[in-house]
Amino acid sequence: MLTLQFVPYHEIETLTSEQKIRKLLGLVKDDKIVLMQGRLKFVEETRLIETTMKEISPSFKGIEICTIYPRMKSANITDKLRAELISLFLGNRDGLTIIGPATLVKEIKRDPNKVQLFAKELSVGKKRLKVKNNRKLVEY
Amino acid sequence: MAGFKDFLNTLLKTFFFTKKHVKLGIYGPPNAGKSTIANRICKDWTGEEMSSVSKIPHETREIISKEKVIVKHRGKSLTLNLIDTPGIATKIDYEDFLKFRMTPKQAKQRAKEATKGVIESIKWLDNMDAVLVVLDATQNPYSQVNITIIGNLVARKIPVLIIANKMDLKRASIKRIEAAFPQYGVVGISAQYGDNIDELYDLLFKVTK
Repeated sequence: MLTLQFVPYHEIETLTSEQKIRKLLGLVKDDKIVLMQGRLKFVEETRLIETTMKEISPSFKGIEICTIYPRMKSANITDKLRAELISLFLGNRDGLTIIGPATLVKEIKRDPNKVQLFAKELSVGKKRLKVKNNRKLVEY
Repeated sequence: MAGFKDFLNTLLKTFFFTKKHVKLGIYGPPNAGKSTIANRICKDWTGEEMSSVSKIPHETREIISKEKVIVKHRGKSLTLNLIDTPGIATKIDYEDFLKFRMTPKQAKQRAKEATKGVIESIKWLDNMDAVLVVLDATQNPYSQVNITIIGNLVARKIPVLIIANKMDLKRASIKRIEAAFPQYGVVGISAQYGDNIDELYDLLFKVTK
């Protein structure tokens, strides 16, 4: 069974970068696919990768991550300024970040118009889990 | 007196107004061809290669640097401290290495070293004066690793040049990379065969000026 856990922005906005990373990695290591409102800063994303690398083990093979960010290309200057002001005062709550454990999520494919999450389909063998094929789980 | 003035000017320019070395980092995801590009630049200007290359991902697992690589191109000169970095990834599974006929022990060791390599690469980001981000032009460029690397460099105000490598392959598309990162300079090359390397050097001088 796959569990998708939504993390609203208000749950992380008061946390430090370290606390955010710990919270997200904790959920992912519990085999949950996290759908987080908003996005991490780029520096926080690299800290997340760094921390992930430090914790890789035979049972935790890393993460798949993807951020969907609303395109501002077509927005007019007023909309862009409004978005900048909102993000300045309220944080990066725009968009959605998807993070899943690499043991369950094979790939998150993104192109300009859509995001597809491919989950590994696991069947329990005698002693170990065996990957049968890929299953598309989420299309955004 | 005039001779002394010239000497003084040269001295001032040398020590105060020109950067002695440009630390040029080569970043990107695993197997994009970072080491092949490092070797190409290094061989063009020093006559020797600096990194080993392999089809097996995470061949470069430690930072490799080559000092005093003097690039002389179209009458201009640039001294590089060339830094080849391990590929940045969000996941490393030792079982992936077993497909390359490694023993489980070798695969686990490689995976362990690869995780350390990723951490090293990230730590070195702050030390760079300019960065070549190497992407495999046959792959989808919209991966979070690519976006994170470039976003970090921009946040740190480090000049970036994106290289669409493996342009000799049929499925390669520079347009896909240009569309993904429209605000950055992109140059399409084949590091393996040396195609379009002159354009890379042209843009290198612009990025590091």
